[in-house]
Amino acid sequence: MDFEFTPEQGAFKEEFLSWLKKDLPDDWDPTRYRNLDSTEEWARAHKDFQGRLYEAAYAGLHYPMEYGGQGRTLMEEVIVLQTVATTCVELRMPGVITFGMAAPTIQYCGNEEQKKEFLPKMLDGTHIWCQGFSEPNAGSDVANVSTRAVKDNGHYIVNGQKTWTSFAHMADYCILLVRTDPDAKKHKGLSYLLLDMKLPGVEVRPIIQITGEQDFNELYMEDVRVPVEMLVGNEGDGWRIAITTLMFERVIGDVTMAAVYQKNIERMIEMAKQSKRAGKPVSEDPIFRQQLAQAYIEVMVLKYHGLRNLSHQISGGIPGPEGSIGKLLWSEPNQRITEAAIGMQGPNSQIMGGSPWSVQDGFWQYSFLRSKGNTIEAGTSEIQRNIIGERVLGLPKDITRVARQQ
Amino acid sequence: MDIKLNEDQIEIARQARRFCENESPTEYVRAMFEDERGFTDEIWGKMVEMGWTAMRIPEAHGGLDMDLMDLAVILEEMGRTVVPGPFFSTVLLAAEAIMEAGSGSQKEAYLPGIAEGKIKGTLALHEAEGGGDLGHIEMDARPDGDGFVLNGTKLYVPDAHVADFIVCAARTESENVSAGEGITLFLVDPKAEGVSVSLLPSMDGTRKLCAVEFKEVRIGAEEILGEAGKGWEPLCRVLQRGQVGLCAECLGGAQRAMEIATEYAKVRVQFDQPIGAFQAVKHRCAQMYVEVESARSILYWAAWAQDHGNPEEAVLAASVAKAYCSTVYRNATTSAIQVLGGTGFSWEHDIHLYLKRAKANEVALGDPVYHREQVAQFIVG
Repeated sequence: MDFEFTPEQGAFKEEFLSWLKKDLPDDWDPTRYRNLDSTEEWARAHKDFQGRLYEAAYAGLHYPMEYGGQGRTLMEEVIVLQTVATTCVELRMPGVITFGMAAPTIQYCGNEEQKKEFLPKMLDGTHIWCQGFSEPNAGSDVANVSTRAVKDNGHYIVNGQKTWTSFAHMADYCILLVRTDPDAKKHKGLSYLLLDMKLPGVEVRPIIQITGEQDFNELYMEDVRVPVEMLVGNEGDGWRIAITTLMFERVIGDVTMAAVYQKNIERMIEMAKQSKRAGKPVSEDPIFRQQLAQAYIEVMVLKYHGLRNLSHQISGGIPGPEGSIGKLLWSEPNQRITEAAIGMQGPNSQIMGGSPWSVQDGFWQYSFLRSKGNTIEAGTSEIQRNIIGERVLGLPKDITRVARQQ
Repeated sequence: MDIKLNEDQIEIARQARRFCENESPTEYVRAMFEDERGFTDEIWGKMVEMGWTAMRIPEAHGGLDMDLMDLAVILEEMGRTVVPGPFFSTVLLAAEAIMEAGSGSQKEAYLPGIAEGKIKGTLALHEAEGGGDLGHIEMDARPDGDGFVLNGTKLYVPDAHVADFIVCAARTESENVSAGEGITLFLVDPKAEGVSVSLLPSMDGTRKLCAVEFKEVRIGAEEILGEAGKGWEPLCRVLQRGQVGLCAECLGGAQRAMEIATEYAKVRVQFDQPIGAFQAVKHRCAQMYVEVESARSILYWAAWAQDHGNPEEAVLAASVAKAYCSTVYRNATTSAIQVLGGTGFSWEHDIHLYLKRAKANEVALGDPVYHREQVAQFIVG
């Protein structure tokens, strides 16, 4: 058993960190959670940063050379992402769907033309991708997709509505789950398309979330003509592709989140030292000390569980439904941690960023609110526990669900 | 990075599982739960034959010189069947104390006997006013010639009633010293004059706890373990190993509790379907799985840190792991009882044996509140 990087991996980390320090603008403040204000500025900064990573051979380290990657291992990719996560996670964030979902789907399930066409432009920052899975009536029941795609003369004519489409307002392309066969069983009639967001008939409308910001959108499609070459896999494979490809990149998300949270814990400790309760630092209060320690423990659980899975995958293990653990380990603790953090501020927990009385520029107020989405996005906690219960532990499905699927 | 058991460890685990299932079935565990001594020489002898008492002992003293990770693999399996007896107190507390603090001659006097299974020992640490805090050691040790005289009471001493020797932590200096200074470890013969051992009615009958009283117990210079006044640092290292060992037991027990609940949820039918189909039950089982697998990841880190990490990482990981894994075990057994319903509340079902061990392990060698404060001291200051 070994929990350490090899000397080569350690040297690679140092090398990347020094590159990153030189690359970031002089006024970049890693302690601020928002350095970029407008959507346009954010998207541009992300694309520029990704482009510089690509030029410096730090993009897509575990992707093959012929598709713009570096042909190295998942470990080097993780080292880069963890370092980015603790210095400039904001610059990476608009790429979360591009690299977390779209790229692995095309890499594992796309054909040669799709790989050549799309992977290099993801890795070099040309394109941002968004995810069109959820619909107003397909939330946790995501296979209940009703967006239709009808084949017509070399195209799919797509009509329907998607919702909670992350980063659609910045995106150039969308991974789209559509129904191609309305007569097939629910999960069998779905197909997976790659949608150019500039096509006529595509409309994006913002959803303002409880933080007051826009990370998500509604996506409307009216008679959009998508070339048949944009089909991934075969017609009817949509569900299988959507489910299986997610698992490969999940572990990257887990260990990256652990790095982000570890940084957040440092911020939380700093806050606890500066915040006073009855005139004394919160960090000296035994109850809040317990909460700080518990927050740290939960982050260590995410970190070491993620590393164990990463190690398993690098040594050839195939990730399976047990990956749902990672989703639960980053989403639920983040809610507890942010709740504890604003709790340490007493009545000042009400004060958002932008005031001389704001604590850490309102980071914890923002994070508390944003964390409420964590147990809903990317599969609710309930869905994750169903997956673990049914697909890992072998517990039976609910009879009403079984009956409906027959 | 390579975070998995190696082939030898997998084989050790396989043999340990077979041994525990065959040699320590429920009938044995239940009989020993009720039995005052708490184990049989026959089963003890078989563990010795397996080499388990010798694993951690250096080769120079008749042992196998293996890693804590190797022993953790066995402790996980022992936890899985709630194996009773003085294995933990002898191998992880007493032997480690002698290995950490003992002089050459003390090691030679005790370690080969432990490796061969001929002598058993334990560690006397807790006192009535310390609560869950491990650092509260106030028992008086009065200088007397080249030795000391012990007076006071040690509580919750595991398996002292069957121990051939007791490592006792006492305070030899109290003026102008910080909490960790002035602690001395003594090797005490339980049969010595002035020592009296009595069993406490502990909730977990598979791990006997004793009160050990000392009245004017004279300790000679050769029975001071290591250096007088310098016992705290080696003691801390012993406690860390013990904490990680307990985490391995917790993992095994929690995993078994999860399996018991899940197996039952598949076959118990209510409202015309197996109860595991109901999300209220299914999600409980899923949560047990999440926590058990998380505990495994944390245990591996903590055990590796003891064997190969730097000392700071080792102490931090031990506290993180002890707080987390013991809570996971408690949660798993509590949840399993709920899934089992009335059956789980009965004496007849084994799950209460797991619940009781979980509660014992939760408070042994520092409860979660203590360990979270240790973590806080590390990360906050």
